[in-house]
Amino acid sequence: MSHAAGVLVLLAASGYAVSIFPHSILAFLLFQLSILALYLARMRPWLKTTVAVLALCVMMPAIGTINGYYLEVATQVGIFAALALGLNIVVGLAGLLDLGYVAFFAVGAYLWAIFGSPQANRVFGGGFPLAPGWFFVFLLVGLTVAAVTGVLLGLPVLRLRGDYLAIVTLGFGEVIRVLANNLDKPINLTNGPKGITPIERPPLPFSPALLPGVAPSLLYSLYFYFLVLLIVGIVVVVNRRLENSHIGRAWEAIREDETAAQAMGVPLVRSKLLAFACGASFAGVIGVLFAAKQVFINPESFTFLESIGVLAMVILGGMGSIPGAVLGATVVTVLNLQVLKGFSLWLNELRNAGTVVLGYDLANLPTQLEPAKYERMVFGVILVLMMIFRPAGILPARRRQRELAEPQQ
Amino acid sequence: MDFALLLEIFPQVLLDGVILGFMYALIALGYTMVYGVLEFINFAHSEIFVVGAFVGVEILLGLKNAGALDQLPPFLVLLLILVAGMAVSGLLAVVIERVAYRPLRGAPRLIPLISAIGVSFFLQDFVRLIESVWRNAFNLVYPGMEGLNRRLELTATVDVPVKALVVITASLLMLWALHLLVNRTKLGTAIRAVAEDQATASLMGINVNAMISLTFLIGGAMGGAAGVLFGVQYGLINPYTGFIPGLKAFTAAVLGGIGNIPGAMMGGLVLGLLEAFAASYLSLLTGGAFGAEYKDIFAFSVLILILIFRPRGLLGEVVRERA
Repeated sequence: MSHAAGVLVLLAASGYAVSIFPHSILAFLLFQLSILALYLARMRPWLKTTVAVLALCVMMPAIGTINGYYLEVATQVGIFAALALGLNIVVGLAGLLDLGYVAFFAVGAYLWAIFGSPQANRVFGGGFPLAPGWFFVFLLVGLTVAAVTGVLLGLPVLRLRGDYLAIVTLGFGEVIRVLANNLDKPINLTNGPKGITPIERPPLPFSPALLPGVAPSLLYSLYFYFLVLLIVGIVVVVNRRLENSHIGRAWEAIREDETAAQAMGVPLVRSKLLAFACGASFAGVIGVLFAAKQVFINPESFTFLESIGVLAMVILGGMGSIPGAVLGATVVTVLNLQVLKGFSLWLNELRNAGTVVLGYDLANLPTQLEPAKYERMVFGVILVLMMIFRPAGILPARRRQRELAEPQQ
Repeated sequence: MDFALLLEIFPQVLLDGVILGFMYALIALGYTMVYGVLEFINFAHSEIFVVGAFVGVEILLGLKNAGALDQLPPFLVLLLILVAGMAVSGLLAVVIERVAYRPLRGAPRLIPLISAIGVSFFLQDFVRLIESVWRNAFNLVYPGMEGLNRRLELTATVDVPVKALVVITASLLMLWALHLLVNRTKLGTAIRAVAEDQATASLMGINVNAMISLTFLIGGAMGGAAGVLFGVQYGLINPYTGFIPGLKAFTAAVLGGIGNIPGAMMGGLVLGLLEAFAASYLSLLTGGAFGAEYKDIFAFSVLILILIFRPRGLLGEVVRERA
């Protein structure tokens, strides 16, 4: 059987499975696997593209109308994929370890949250929230502000050894979180730990009357899904162009050997700064989008845990690899949102039912034992195992694969 | 502004700062020694510190349940938990090095650093997992010890809790012992030789791997001791307690000059004092607009300022140039 036929059968079967068992995790995982199979399959390019577009733009929204939560999962995967692609530029291409990446994400999110909600009235008087249409302007504002923040942070530390950068970005991430938590006085800018709500959503580009019978909340979910899909698409294209550009090659040269790169005429500080600002600007844009999608944000969404989560996505997929970053984002998000949570629910059911396993009554299981809370363990295991056994990641970047294949020294 | 109040709380703030400073100094040693030898930030060190604190609390709770806590002399109990915490943390550090860092030796710098972050995250939840299964709780409180909670009154406004004196004395003793070990013994000379140049050291008949393990053992033991003292001093611990102290201890190590052992001690003290003063005076000086919650920001600002103006630290780095 040819690859193409296999993939089509797999896609159809998974779509059918979801429609029969709308609440089964396995059915939706099968759908995700079939998309991975589609990526790996050997098919004619035009066929592959057509099937991919059909799967992502028709099948996925259809699945979303069956079970809205899956659409939420897919949107989250998209947001994290875009974040991972942004971090991929900094860590994967330029080899700069940024441990406070969500700080830039937070900058973007708070920008739109403050001006796209009544929150800004407390600082500037009346006139807010801004009209929903401003959202698109703020995508650019978020991009610029995050990039400028990145440059300001990078300037003092990029001249130093790489591991100092790691610690300073980590500290910066904490600073942003502490500021978000405490800037409710003397001026109430961020509303502190209570967070900001309601945040304006961008206006629907079509009239809801065109799709009767679809609930208004689902309309917005679908809209955000497509918006995220569009942004991921743009980010992938930008990443691809950067990777093969003059500057992308300079970044990779720096990653492999700073001294040699400098000897070849690569301006070190300027290139690193550019990488840092590029990564930050992606995070800023996605932050604006995130704020609008969530309608509510608070400092909890921007912790160190999130930064390491995004790092784990990049490492898992393969540093410097674009499909790797997307795959990593999917695996880690699905693991967190579905597998760990599903396991928690399952354990709870067993506990409540008082099932006995090997003579041990599960009703006696400690209540504090909640698999959903063990994200850190998952991230930790991913990072250590990947570093020891497969440092190039699951889907290694081609150029890196060639480098690692050559004998060292 | 109330200058009388500023003056009045000064001795108390000074004491808090010194205690905090010794805590940071003990933790910073683990970072700086490992950095001196292997040139990477051992991110898992903050969890080694937390494990020490948990060993201490488990022994104390065990003694309390057995009804022995109030019978035994408090200093004996303290010695017991210190030694136990140091032993477990030291061994844990050696195991971590063997499992997660040694296979990566010689890889690009980013690789062991990422592995260390992974170990750190894994350990946080591992401690939580064990405590959840064992006690069905992971926020634990050090049981108070009668003898340690007494206070010595120095003046009308300043009184010193006995445990603060214990923490300071214990830290001083350990720092002094470490100083003797590193500078006056053959083992210490061997560690310094490995930090200076691994290849040459091994040509001189020094077992490099054993010395690296020893470095982790000593650094881990110091971290474990700091964990126990932290628990005794501040009481409440949880598996995630180590993150912020770890970060600040690393700042202290950079402040003193990374790889420099006296530097780490001094950096710890300086940072502890700065932080204590920032925490109590910031809100007084700004009329309550910025409170103690900004003390963390203050510590990181110090880090960034040092890196800009004096990246080699106050006492200078002791790190070899990479070939």
